[in-house]
Formats: sequence, structure tokens, C-alpha cells
Amino acid sequence: MSATRYVGQSVPREDAIPKVTGTAMFVHDMSFPDMLHAVTLKSPHAAARIVSIDTPAARALPGVRAILTGDDLPYRLGLYVQDKLILARGRVRYQGEPVVAIAADTLEIARAACDLVAIQYETEDPVLDPREAMKSGARLVHPDLHTYSYMKGVFAPKPHTNVAHQQKIRKGDIEAGLASSDVVVQGRFYNPPAPHVPLETHAVIAHALPDDHMEIYTSAQSPYTVRNLLCLSFDLPHANVRVHVPYIGGGFGGKAGIQLEPLAYCLSKAAGGRPVKIVATREEEFGTLPSRQGLHTNITLGATNEGKIKALKVKYVWDADAYADYGVNVGRAGAYAGAGPYNVPNCHIDSFVVYTNKVFGTAYRGFGHLEVMWGVERAMEIAAHKLDMDPYEFRMKNVLRTGDTTITGEVITPGHGRPDKCLQAVAQSLDWGKKDTPVSPNKVCGKGIAALHKAPAMPTYTSCSAIIKLNEDGSADILISGVDMGQGTYTALRQIAADELKLQIEKVHVTWECDTAFSPYDWQTVASRFTFMGGNAVIEASRDALRQIKEVAGIALHSAPEHIACENGEAHVDNHPEVHVPYEKLALGYTFENGNSVGGPIIGRGRYIAHGLTNLDLETGQGLPAQFWTYGAQGVEVEVDTRTGEIEIVNMVTALDAGKVINPVLAREQVIGGVVQGLGSTLFEGLLFDDEGHLLNGSFTDHKIPTAKDIPRHTEQIFIETPQPDGPYGARGIAEHPMISVPSAVANALYNALGIDFNTLPLTSERIYRAIHKKRTDQ
Amino acid sequence: MKLHEITLTVNGTRETVSVPAGMTLLELLREKLYLTGPKEGCGAGECGACTVLLDGRPVTSCLVLAVETDGKEVRTIEGEATDGQLSTLQQAFIDAGAIQCGFCTPGMVMSARALLERNPHPSDAEITEAIAGNLCRCTGYESIIAAVRLAAERGEK
Repeated sequence: MSATRYVGQSVPREDAIPKVTGTAMFVHDMSFPDMLHAVTLKSPHAAARIVSIDTPAARALPGVRAILTGDDLPYRLGLYVQDKLILARGRVRYQGEPVVAIAADTLEIARAACDLVAIQYETEDPVLDPREAMKSGARLVHPDLHTYSYMKGVFAPKPHTNVAHQQKIRKGDIEAGLASSDVVVQGRFYNPPAPHVPLETHAVIAHALPDDHMEIYTSAQSPYTVRNLLCLSFDLPHANVRVHVPYIGGGFGGKAGIQLEPLAYCLSKAAGGRPVKIVATREEEFGTLPSRQGLHTNITLGATNEGKIKALKVKYVWDADAYADYGVNVGRAGAYAGAGPYNVPNCHIDSFVVYTNKVFGTAYRGFGHLEVMWGVERAMEIAAHKLDMDPYEFRMKNVLRTGDTTITGEVITPGHGRPDKCLQAVAQSLDWGKKDTPVSPNKVCGKGIAALHKAPAMPTYTSCSAIIKLNEDGSADILISGVDMGQGTYTALRQIAADELKLQIEKVHVTWECDTAFSPYDWQTVASRFTFMGGNAVIEASRDALRQIKEVAGIALHSAPEHIACENGEAHVDNHPEVHVPYEKLALGYTFENGNSVGGPIIGRGRYIAHGLTNLDLETGQGLPAQFWTYGAQGVEVEVDTRTGEIEIVNMVTALDAGKVINPVLAREQVIGGVVQGLGSTLFEGLLFDDEGHLLNGSFTDHKIPTAKDIPRHTEQIFIETPQPDGPYGARGIAEHPMISVPSAVANALYNALGIDFNTLPLTSERIYRAIHKKRTDQ
Repeated sequence: MKLHEITLTVNGTRETVSVPAGMTLLELLREKLYLTGPKEGCGAGECGACTVLLDGRPVTSCLVLAVETDGKEVRTIEGEATDGQLSTLQQAFIDAGAIQCGFCTPGMVMSARALLERNPHPSDAEITEAIAGNLCRCTGYESIIAAVRLAAERGEK
């Protein structure tokens, strides 16, 4: 590949200027002259039958334009299992589930109308623990599960149970593997459900138009998925639905699918076609909209005295909560990635995704991998200690290398990337093996390390496309439907297009608003696959445009296209740079002096589709689920105050095999942000429920996320660049990965500091203090 | 509904508006004056996305009643650039890579603006303290602290 001018450089993001001036337009900021505002009335119970809903008093309130209940909305929704209604009908399945929706002239009127609605419930005993919910005889969250449609061949809801999906992985002979192990360790681990907390809450404006058309403005990560699911739910042709996505204020997976859009559309229709806006409150963001699933992990790990892993047996029980949403696919991805980046000859994993009566789960940055690596990397640590082996050395003995076979039967090649190099880099940076001296007698220091991996969890047919159009001034616009929600992909795509088009980057732009009427198809902005797939689509579109430029330039310069070279937005005859023509004279077609014209407006077309992937065998889990794997390692140095249990993160090092770093500053920013979000999951985040399934901490007062005061004293980001053969310039996705092994690295460091194994997240100072106290008492 | 006529200065312009007693400053700015730079992230004074300067001091405008601002001076992110030129502080946010999704950015810039006006050469601890009430879920704050430090070095005040 020829040298690049922009790829590999820290080009500043174009969206920085609208964002830093406050002019970037989010759905929160948009309005229409006749727009209505809508709110929902939510269930106060985790599980109940709806006996009656009385709305006449609310309907009589002046300014109320539409009131809907579940009985008005017979539509089923669901990405993988169609288990959800737009509003609860007959029964509620979690506290916070919307039951009645009201659209009114103002938000105040809509809220006042809610107070006039009377709902009678007959409460039931909620099912709250997924391990209990799996047992026979447990009350069913979805008694009609056997009647729901679902994605066949990939998922397998078990009729008349609470199991939405079971993913099995079977490799080798687990019993023989355990029998041949010298050391066998067992551990139980727990991750609580956790909220995404984007700063921008979900927001949508829906406009029901005549003849069953609609326009949607939404803070969604995936405009085409929103369109497709709206069409499927309402049985509409795709041409009837137009979805706009302007700037969105963070997603982290919580905005990946479809949430408020169908309700806003139905309200708009019921209100005679006036546009309806719904903006989630922060409390709804915590308690009504979906979160990360909780996970119970039970691991048995066997190894030889020499430190070679022989067997890994895992039972993952995911708390899907009330609806499956992305959760079933998280359970699937967590299973096929469920042994970590290690060579495990005998593996047996059962990953259950189980319904309970709590706010439902969905995709969250890392897509199950933070949860899975919490158990795997804690178990690795416990095994290393039992073997009396350095935890880093133990990992290095088992990390995946060329020629090894993954637990789904994929053979590792040199193009896969190097988890061993990531581990090495982290250990070196942390001065592994050298213990720091505590700064005070009440403090102890510790170091911990953990590896990570993740591949995009996506259908085998996932695709993306890009259009590049040249403008009158020779500049180029990229049209694409992945969303840049702050991760910076549009900047990376500009860099790629500028290099490919041989055009100055100042002249390359990504059209910011995605609009399904104009921007070409992309599946979803999830799974850290946008730079990879979008990058490949942009390369193809750029080369298509460049081919057209050279064709017209050849005619204009009396040469053949193969003898045209391009640079800096100009085409010239390859051995005669003085015979040249700028792109602006070619972009719409070339006109000779006498008026004759050739060519025409230049439009490049590019596409990319996942290839070679297979569905996993439902009985063995064997197959090829991953377009690429991104490997990494994280290490941390902590200081623990033994009087209070408070942890200070002294240094947090992350190494990722990015394949190729397209933009170093943006990549670094992505890692720091992910690390701090991961520290939130590690130190204090997680939803808490009482015995009746009521959410106890659904606000910023009760559920903290990291502030500027909670960040590590020092962080380091290391990028290994083992090119991905089919990646754009060799690049892989890195956006989710910096979160994944933060919790396990910190807990491993706590063991190093205190000699205590922590197996439950979050690692609050209270939990640590109690463990220190217990250890002292026990001694 | 009884309305109260108030006069305040917003980004240097005098505005006379009639507001109900329960209207917040954030609602006044966003819904009546169409200044949508300040964002609502929680409506409870917890996230800082709505931060503006009231007589030079940073406030969460979702917790200030509009009627309280009668006779006062309000500055929002829309007043930060002058004649289309970014302020040194804004440019530092860009140069330090301190922006991702951008939803917290307007409030974050205003908190930093207030800090630099009262303390042109803050330490990192002082910067951290000044933005501790502004939540950001994307950046991990490191680059934001670096941006404010950079602005101070470049003489922003």
C-alpha cells in the first residue's frame, strides 16, 4: 500500500466546531410549529395484571390531543424475539413500564393529564433472580413465549419457560479435560445490571403523514434498523418511512435499536397527524429504557501444574429482565467469546438468557464482554495463585497464538492480531513484578493485569454502503448511514476518502444528518464495526469516483485513463505533471473551449458485506461468528486505603491491537473514555432493586457515574498494529474494547494488594472495607 | 396563568420577556429565546449540561427560576465566540481533543470560562474541582482538563 497523507494522522474532527459553539442540533433542540409533547404513565409494580384504566378525566383536560393504552396498539416489537408491545397490555412486566401515553399541547398539560388517569392493578409476585426464574415451576414472565416469532436458526426461546435463549459451546471433551487437570478451581461471579447514561436522554419526534407515511427524527444509533423495524411492526412499505438522525449525544448501545419511535408515531397518528415529541427524563433513562443485563457466572477451570489450561466449564445466566431486545444476542456473543483470548482445548459453555421482572436489558458498550471477562479473568487469576504462578506468566502460557483453535473452531492466523503482544506491552509499562512502596502505613499497593477480546456480534449478512459525490468546487461529500455519536468515525472516513481520492482533507466532508431517504444503507452503528465496514465501503466508493475522474481527465488531457495520475485535487498526465486539470473542472463533466462537454457529475459507489461468517450450530456452538477479533490487555496499579476501603487508580494502562490506527488522537480519546466508563462499572455503578422489584437508585442522586474527580492519576494507551488483512488500511474496531477488562484488572490488583478475591461488582469502598475487616477478624 | 415581565441581558443583548413563575432559566433560554446550546441532561442540577453564567457565576440553569434573573446578566455558549471567531477556550477544547458527542460540551465550556475568569492560572486540581459538577460520559475528562490547562497557557481569561 502506498504511503498515506492523512490516514495515521491526528486530523481534528469537523464536528468539533458546531459542538463547541452550541450550534450542533440534537433532537432535544428540534421543534415544529404544531408539535405536541408526550409523556407516559408507568407501572409502579414489577409484576401485575392491569385490571382497568380510566382515562375520561384526562381526555377532558383542555389541550390533551391523544391518549393511548395498550389496547389501542396491537403491534409486537423485537429485534430478535418479538416479545414487546408498544404499551403494556393486560399485564406489566417491570416497574417503569409505560402503560398509558398522552400527547398534549404542552408538556405541563400532558403531565397534568397523567395525574387524572386511574389505573387499577392486581399485583403478582415478581420473578427477580434469573437463577430462580430458570427453575421449573417458576412464574412465567411471558406465558405466551411459545407464540412469539423470533429469528430462527440463531436463537431458541424455550416454550413455557423463562429462557429466551440458550447458547451452547462444546469443544473437545470437558470431562476428560477436567480429569487430566492437576489443578481445578471454581468460582462464582456477579455483574449487576447497569445503565448506559448517555448525557443526551432518548428523544424522538414523529410525524404521521397522510396515506400511512411517516417522518421520524430520532436520537438513534441505527437509522435503517429503526426504519426496518417500524415497517415490520406496522406492516408498511419501506418507502413510507423516512428516518432522520441528526447529532446524537452518546449512545453506548442504549440507542442501538428501536425504543420510543413507534409510540411517538402512534400518538401522532391518533392526534390527527400533528408531530409528537417525546424526550425521556433522566429517571426514565434509568428505569424505563433498557440497561446492561446482569450476569451470574459459574466457572470451573482446570490446568496442569505447568500452567497449561486443559478445561473450562462455564454457566452464564444473563438477566434479560422483562424483554429480550438485544439481550439474547449478548448471551450468544458472551458464549462464543466466553473463554477469553485463550487456548482452551476442552470447553463447555451454557449461556442462558432469562426473563425476569426488571427493566429490560440491551446492548451496552462491550456487548457482554465486560461481564464475561469479569468471570474469566478473575478465574484465571485464582488459578494462577493456586498454581503459585505469576498471573502474567500464566496468561502468556495460554494466550491464543497462530495455529490455535478458538472454542467455536476458528483457527488463529497471523492476521488475527496479537493478544500476547498486548499483554507484554502492558506488563512492561507497569513494571510488572516490581511492587511499589505504599505512601503511607494505611495504604497498600497492588498491580493487576487482564486480557480481553471482542469481535463484532452481528448477523452473517451485515452490510454497509457509501456514496461519494463530487461538488462544483472539486470537493467531495461522503453519504453514509452509520452514525457518528462522538466516537469519531466520520473523521476516520474523511481521512480514508481524502487519501483514496487524492484530495486535500479540507475538501472532504461527511454529510452529518443521516436520512434514510438519501444516505445509502448501513445495518447499525454498533459492534465497533463502523470504521471497518464503513472504511471499506468508503475505499470502494472513492476508487469508483477516482476511476471516473481519470476517465474524464484522460479525455480532457488527450491521454488514456491509465496514464492519469492524481494528487492534491488535480489530475495530470503521469509523466507530464504540467499537463493537468483540477477536479473542479471534472466534477460535473469537462467542457472544452468550444463548448463540447464530456463526463457528467461524478458519483462514487461503494459497499461492503460481511463474508465467510456462519450461524453457530445450536447444539455445539461451532461456526465462524467473527469478521475480525480485536485483542487487548489492561493493567492497573491501585492504592487501597485499608481504613476506608477507598481505591485510588494510580495508573491504568491499555494496549489494543488496532491493526492500524487511523487517527491517533481520536483513538487515544476513545480508549481514555472507555477506561473511565469501565471504572464506573468497576467502582460504583449498577442498578439496585428491592424485594418487590422496585428500582432503588434510578437517578443521578442515587446512581453516580464517574466525575472529573474519579479518574486515574495517570493513564496510558498503547496501540499494537498487526494489520487486519481485510481491514481498511489494516484497521480493526477499538471503540468498545477499552471498557472490557477494567473491572477484572482492578480486582486482580486488589488481590495483589490485599490477598482478597472479589467476585461481585461493583467494588465499592464499602464492599472492600467489609472484606478487609472480615479478613482481619478471621485471622 | 399569571405572567411576570422581566428584563435581563443575554450574551450582551437586553431581552424583555413575560414568563410564568414556574419557568426555569433553562426553559426561558431554550424555548423563548431559542438558545439551545445549554442542554437538559437531568433537570435536577446533577449533570451540569445546562450550565450558564449568571452575573459571571456558573449556575445549573435548570434549577434557576427565570423570574430570579430579572435585571441580571446571563452568558451562554452562544456568546462565547465573537464575530464568528472561536474563543481561545473553545479552540483549546478542539486542539486538546476534548469533544466527543458534544452534549456536555456547552456546559463544560461555561464552567471552564467561569474558572478562568476568576483564576487565570488554575492548577489541575482547581480545574478538576471546577468541572466536577459537569458530567461527561464520553471523554473520561482527561482531555477536558488538558483543554482548560491549554487555554490558560494561551492566556485565556
